[in-house]
Amino acid sequence: MRRRLRAAISAVWWDILGRLGLSHDRWTALPRTARRAVKAAIWTGISLLLVAFLGVWQWSALAIAAVVLVLVVPRYGGVTIRGRKVGRYIIPAGVLAIAITYPFYAYDANGVSPGLPQLPIFGTFPLMSTMVNMGIFSMMALGLNFVVGYAGLLDLGYVAFFAIGSYMAGWLASSQFSQVNLRFGGVGVIQGLTGIHISVWLVLIAAGIVTALAGVIIGLPTLRLRGDYLAIVTLGFGEILPIVARNGDSLGGFNLTNGTGGITPIDPPGFGNWFHHHLGLPANYGALGTTFDRDYFWTVLVLVLLTIFCSARLRDSRLGRAWIAIREDEVAAAAMGIPLMRTKTWAYATGAFFGGVAGAYYASYNGSSNPDEFYFQISVFILVMVILGGMGNIWGVILGACFLTYLNSEGLNNIGAWLNGHFGPGGSDFQVWHTPLDVPLYNFGIYGVILVVVMLLRPEGLIPSRRRAAEFHEGVHDQPLYDTAV
Amino acid sequence: MPAVATLLVALLVAWLFVNFVKGPAYFVNIGFIGLTNGALYALVALGYTLVYGILELINFAHGDVFMLGGLFAATMLLSVFHLKAGASTLALVAAILGSLVVAMAACGTLNAVIERVAYRPLRGAPRVAPLITAIGMSFILEDVAIGWKGPGYTAVPSLLPTGRVFSVAGITYTWEKLIVAVITAPVLLLLVWFVKQTRQGKAMRATAQDRDAAAMMGIDVNRTISFTFMLAGALAGTGGLVYALYFGQIRYDTGYQIGLIAFTAAVLGGIGNLPGAVLGALLIGFIQAFNEGLLWHAPGSDWTESIVFSILILILVFRPEGLLGERTPEGA
Repeated sequence: MRRRLRAAISAVWWDILGRLGLSHDRWTALPRTARRAVKAAIWTGISLLLVAFLGVWQWSALAIAAVVLVLVVPRYGGVTIRGRKVGRYIIPAGVLAIAITYPFYAYDANGVSPGLPQLPIFGTFPLMSTMVNMGIFSMMALGLNFVVGYAGLLDLGYVAFFAIGSYMAGWLASSQFSQVNLRFGGVGVIQGLTGIHISVWLVLIAAGIVTALAGVIIGLPTLRLRGDYLAIVTLGFGEILPIVARNGDSLGGFNLTNGTGGITPIDPPGFGNWFHHHLGLPANYGALGTTFDRDYFWTVLVLVLLTIFCSARLRDSRLGRAWIAIREDEVAAAAMGIPLMRTKTWAYATGAFFGGVAGAYYASYNGSSNPDEFYFQISVFILVMVILGGMGNIWGVILGACFLTYLNSEGLNNIGAWLNGHFGPGGSDFQVWHTPLDVPLYNFGIYGVILVVVMLLRPEGLIPSRRRAAEFHEGVHDQPLYDTAV
Repeated sequence: MPAVATLLVALLVAWLFVNFVKGPAYFVNIGFIGLTNGALYALVALGYTLVYGILELINFAHGDVFMLGGLFAATMLLSVFHLKAGASTLALVAAILGSLVVAMAACGTLNAVIERVAYRPLRGAPRVAPLITAIGMSFILEDVAIGWKGPGYTAVPSLLPTGRVFSVAGITYTWEKLIVAVITAPVLLLLVWFVKQTRQGKAMRATAQDRDAAAMMGIDVNRTISFTFMLAGALAGTGGLVYALYFGQIRYDTGYQIGLIAFTAAVLGGIGNLPGAVLGALLIGFIQAFNEGLLWHAPGSDWTESIVFSILILILVFRPEGLLGERTPEGA
């Protein structure tokens, strides 16, 4: 359908241009750089027209257009310095630089605007809290990408790992278990407070390891199932765990999870006094005042970079190639001597690890772990990030995660306000509907539309990995092998 | 493994037996609730099983079609037929039949449209692709319901008579439960007759067995699949009506919960197997009712979903062919 649509549009397009004297043959006869320049100029013109038409005409809009033009349009892949291919790092480095400096020119928690423009339709730039959530969800989406993108196993219960990580933070860095009194580097703990208070940095690692173990435990019996059955089993686990968390305030009389109230407060991260005095690192994130979101953001940025590093290195490793082989053809992979169960379990454990770390960091950031945060919709939300961005492609997954987190936290609200302002009751353009439309209420329907449209029109996602795209378009040997149990 | 399974079943039977001895009449009454719930689950579970049998697709949106069926039925009963509590029997029967026809037709059409839009273009794609669109459709349908009725419950006043059909030695059976059975049983029988006896049913079975061979025998596979979806949708519509009448309130996420329970029932009985779906649904209905109703050492309603999902996981892991299914060469 997509191909037919494209062919039709392209035919109409070249027909119009042909009448103006520029036929397809002449166009292809132009040198490549000229064609790229013309395309870039046209796109810039269109976007500037849109900006002007939508009523935003500021120098900063131009600056954004320039950034887009510099970062996105040219192909840097071939740039080399002394024979080293540095080109492919240019765009990531640029994005990273923008991200690192973002807190200095962004809106802070008080909504103060030091000069960023209003975007058309989308309104204000994302708040710092949204940026922190973007980082956390990028980590989770990258974790799920190990399972869905690399190994090709559909996991509908990823939220379970998120929940385990979050509760690990709740158990190891709060006063939940007040019958014991253990301290190991926890910061900001009032003198005389009981409970386990371990430094959040260690908790992150512990949460990752425990969650990975949980991934192995869940994975071992279930991973021999066929794709769709596996999806349902993971969904089952994803449903059971929050129920256990919700009802876990008296498991045989023992208060494990504090029930629907959740565990709160959870200690904030921090480096302690020694590092504060000698290296200038923040001693306690919770005591930073209004700019605390910045430090949370830079920290999560480091975590995301680590995740990216692991993703890229693992993908190209022996294990990663085994994952991709299994995804493409399980039977052939088994015939080549890849141990199916062990390889799949590794994918599961790796994905779970990053989900657990992200969950623990999320709990520490919010200061609570609450069973209401872990429902099926979140699993699908993370899945939509991976699918929209492009299964198996690190940059695509991060793009999907950032975009959808932004939409969920602020974007839909802003878009809804814009729509209501223009077409709602007393709208500035014309009135289409008569009661204000509550756009964020329909968030999951919108994600549903994204899922359906992406799967129908572009199953490889916005930024596809070349390999995955080929699989979707050529089809793969999709019948899995049975009785491959350990 | 069989030893563990036997032990579990033995414990379960012992638990039921103790509960039965402690209060036989109460036990049977709870059993009636389970039977009624089970009949309702059977209507939805059959939809999963029909679609899975023919396409090997877990139609994730099926539960939401059921939910929309309930909303259609509630709208018909309340806004079109203006039915009120205590209406005359004739008006009640006529209105229920009218709503039933509308809900079945609407849900059947909706399900067939979903298949055409979201599943058919992906027939050659990897298996998980249509499952992902099914999840997307499920969310879309939920938001359609939110847009239509709002996020709150749509209430249906208790229209069904709640008097006793019979009451013997503390065992009572009420009219509302009987009516649920009276609506459900003929639909189930009709479905079995249809699939076993008619030409269209034969085409469905042939397509389920081997799509290519069926096409070579002159069966219009696309039409047969569309028809199967219509049938499944009609069953979901019936289920929606029964749910709205019996439970009296329905909202956008009802379909998700009931859908997962019904899917578990279909898997328990052996997915793709029609009598299996009914058996599984009745079992799940009993399990739920006993868990929530029994007094001696029952985990209670907080844990119902956990128990249902544990059953789902255990069945899928240890006996993916279900109770009545046969082990196919493909394993599941």
